Amino acid sequence: MNITFYICAAVAIVSTAMVIIGTNAVHSLLYFIVSLLATGLIFFILGAPFAAALVVIINAGAIMVLFVFVIMMLNLGPQTTEQEKSWLSPRMWAGPAILAVVLFIELVYALISFHAASPDVKVVTAKDVGMALFGPYLLGVELASILLLAGLLGAYHLGRLSPGDREAKE
Amino acid sequence: MVKISLEFGLGLALVLFSLGLTGVLVRRNIVFILLSIEIMLNACGLAFIVVGSYFNQPDGQVMFFFILTMAAAEVAIGLGLVMQMYRKFHTLDTNSANLLRG
Repeated sequence: MNITFYICAAVAIVSTAMVIIGTNAVHSLLYFIVSLLATGLIFFILGAPFAAALVVIINAGAIMVLFVFVIMMLNLGPQTTEQEKSWLSPRMWAGPAILAVVLFIELVYALISFHAASPDVKVVTAKDVGMALFGPYLLGVELASILLLAGLLGAYHLGRLSPGDREAKE
Repeated sequence: MVKISLEFGLGLALVLFSLGLTGVLVRRNIVFILLSIEIMLNACGLAFIVVGSYFNQPDGQVMFFFILTMAAAEVAIGLGLVMQMYRKFHTLDTNSANLLRG
């Protein structure tokens, strides 16, 4: 049963290494998404399904979309079409696709075989996490909301054009 | 669900964190540096989850939730700074932004 963890760990390490040594930002993003999915599967087989859902929805979903938006905004121009063509070549998506297929097979195997959970390991469900989050950690939740508000204001302030830029554009 | 030994889980977190740290130190493209910081934060979350599941406590997942919140705020600010930097210097090389007075 432990073999699932080791395969996930190997996939996570390989894809993270590919993020570090990659030169094209979009290739690295693809590998990083695979790495996050591997981490999510590790969370699932460790008995933390709530954290697994969070890492897939928020990290691999929302945060990576932000990265994709910024990368797309930064290379507008005539070379974009050429890049778009090269991004669709099989050489580019073969590596992440193979790793993702490995993860998918593992996920199916985990969903089928882990129904009869071993009695010595308890699954920490979303209910337990919520009871802890809004019980002893309530102050932390308030601080997290303040942090998110500060992040929102900061991103708005940094993202808008300053008056000098607007004049330069016109 | 699987019970793995604490050493392997924390070892994986350590390897991922080291990879992220290497990325921060060797890359000069600011998008890659932000990605490496994300890798490091994710490795920290992995360590918390491994220990939390080892002791069957929800606290690990609570800490992971806080790390995720922080990562979201950090990435929003960081990418805003990337946009500003690209507007000013027309490059993503961090060496071009080595002066305090832009």
